[in-house]
Amino acid sequence: MSMNRREFLQILAAASAAGFALDSRSVLAAQGGERLYDVPHFGNVHFLHFTDCHAQLLPIWFREPNVNIGIGSALGKTPHLVGEKLLKTYGIKPGGREAHAFTYLDFAQAAKTYGQVGGFAHLATLVKQLRASRPSALLLDGGDTWQGSGTALWTQGQDMVDACKLLGVDMMAPHWEFTLGHERVKQIVEKDFAGKIEFLAQNVKTTDFGDPVFKPYALREMNGVKVAVVGQAFPYTPIANPRWMVPDWTFGIQDEEMQKVVNEARAAGAQVVVVLSHNGMDVDLKIAARVTGIDAIFGGHTHDGVPQPVKVQNQGGVTLVTNAGSNGKFLGVLDFDVKGGKVSDFRYKLLPVFSNLLPADAEMAALIDKIRAPYLGKLEEKLAVSEGLLYRRGNFNGSWDQLIVDALMEVKGADLAFSPGFRWGTTILPGQTITFEHVMDQTAITYPASTLTEMSGEQIKMILEDVCDNLFNPDPYYQQGGDMVRVGGLAYACDPNAKIGKRIQDMRLHGKPLEAGKKYKVAGWAPVAEGATGEPIWEVVSTWLRNKKTITPRKLNTPKLIGIAGNPGIA
Amino acid sequence: MDMIRRTVLKGAGATGMLAGLLAAGVLKPTLAYAEDWNKAAFEAKDINEALKSLGAASAADHKDLVIKAPEIAENGSVVPVDVSSNIPNTTSIAILILKNPFPLSSQFEFSNGAMTDVSIRVKVADTSVIRAIAKADGKFYSTQKEVKVTVGGCGG
Repeated sequence: MSMNRREFLQILAAASAAGFALDSRSVLAAQGGERLYDVPHFGNVHFLHFTDCHAQLLPIWFREPNVNIGIGSALGKTPHLVGEKLLKTYGIKPGGREAHAFTYLDFAQAAKTYGQVGGFAHLATLVKQLRASRPSALLLDGGDTWQGSGTALWTQGQDMVDACKLLGVDMMAPHWEFTLGHERVKQIVEKDFAGKIEFLAQNVKTTDFGDPVFKPYALREMNGVKVAVVGQAFPYTPIANPRWMVPDWTFGIQDEEMQKVVNEARAAGAQVVVVLSHNGMDVDLKIAARVTGIDAIFGGHTHDGVPQPVKVQNQGGVTLVTNAGSNGKFLGVLDFDVKGGKVSDFRYKLLPVFSNLLPADAEMAALIDKIRAPYLGKLEEKLAVSEGLLYRRGNFNGSWDQLIVDALMEVKGADLAFSPGFRWGTTILPGQTITFEHVMDQTAITYPASTLTEMSGEQIKMILEDVCDNLFNPDPYYQQGGDMVRVGGLAYACDPNAKIGKRIQDMRLHGKPLEAGKKYKVAGWAPVAEGATGEPIWEVVSTWLRNKKTITPRKLNTPKLIGIAGNPGIA
Repeated sequence: MDMIRRTVLKGAGATGMLAGLLAAGVLKPTLAYAEDWNKAAFEAKDINEALKSLGAASAADHKDLVIKAPEIAENGSVVPVDVSSNIPNTTSIAILILKNPFPLSSQFEFSNGAMTDVSIRVKVADTSVIRAIAKADGKFYSTQKEVKVTVGGCGG
């Protein structure tokens, strides 16, 4: 019998899953796994960065997208590269551990081989390991930290606040944090974070007089070098999320204000200025070209796992732009060598957090246990077994979202259903049991109402056009960084390169063209309007799963794409 | 923010709003600006007609005329728009919302070296280009920016 290394490893993984006492760490070390975390010390200014962990305290699976289309000037450029195109661009060997971390390729098999990713106890070990050689390093959290799990929702973010304090986060920038409501955000910043974690956002002002709501930047000294970190909140929070939750605050990109803040930090003696940003990578790339004096932008929001920074040229020099993935899967390490008052060189590494290569930190594991204890029965309820792979990421649909729209249409008796283009949410492997916790990973938001609305064909088209423009407007400042609304029941074609109003074509319901004047029953969830009511989406989905018991592989409803043949953002 | 400043400014804000309403033609303008009221321009239903009535049909782009407005409106009913002109001898600024039923939203006259920087909050009915027109030394200059009005939700 002959077998290749992959097959051998799969057998080992299967044996290990079946309860054989295999030492998976020694197996994985044989592939150079442990060397992954040997990051040689370099320079004198150090940053550690994670972002968009979406409250995932435990190790999870997370499949990267196979559809992340770039159009216009973003065509074929980072972060709009998927699969083999991404591997080739960054010189990553196909089939290995890093290829698994950065791409969707052969996901279910590779996930079994390499194990789960993330988890705060494992992340804590990695942070400690890196801090041993870089004691002065600042740990930056790019936000979307207090939302994304059952426990974060039920504790109003307190679980993540406590975990981040224990992890040793120094500074953070916000987005989904605001969906806990402005009063809760203020309470955490003023009480829990006081003297411990800086909450930075230069682009959040009061709506009446434009007064700053939070500290725009923080100064620190590191090995004799003055360093400034500027915070940038997600600019479109009151549009993508409920406006009524932050009624007195205004956001926006505000790049002119950003320039002023950077200049102020430089005038205050900062030799290194970095931005901790929740803009999304395309917006960061544009802002880096327009604003001068920023050494690096630590980016998030768009959940792009980008192996190396993009060097953006501007009138003042070069700005590095990074993006550090999501769900606790990655930790970015940026070392700067500062000489003669300015950055002379850098090293960057985006480290995948492989849970079985990093032993759990005991103190963090204990905290996580304590957080989960009151909810354990609820979290661990087994709802159904999934025969197929369930994931969310992708520009147009994911199998998890397909499951949600399938459940919505069936339960509500709708003609079609919409599910928001969120980019968070963990992955379920074929054969895995779906628990209530997994459903919360896809749905845990503070405005969870499910809805059934009558809409005309014209309104449906308008919504699709509107959301599609948030994704494919050629100017990133007009994008919102989410994916296309997921559509159940309605077939359509999409031309991403067209202008708004012309992208969505050939809409059909059961083969018949959608009629502009006719009314249709549309199910959905996550309404941003105040006062919306309806059964929480996690109840709709859980009930549906309990009844089905076995979930067959989902048939993805994705639009027929026009004019994007050969685009390196689709595979 | 300290409460006294807020209270004082609220008073000032109310006055400012009154001026805004006057300029936008909500209040009966004859009381205040009888001489300058350009009825035809404010009642024009399309941009070309409005520009013609302002005398600004051939306004040239100028980099020292700057519009500050959000790329995507947080609330289309009250979009903050700020227009400042560093063109020497600017004597008036007009702000037009191209897709609104009556594009000309406001016109401001400056005299005696007043700072040529105005902020308004204006309703933008649909995704639209906002155009600012400045008059300096009898000539008209122009700049523009698109403000998107979207249904919201579905992001992140």
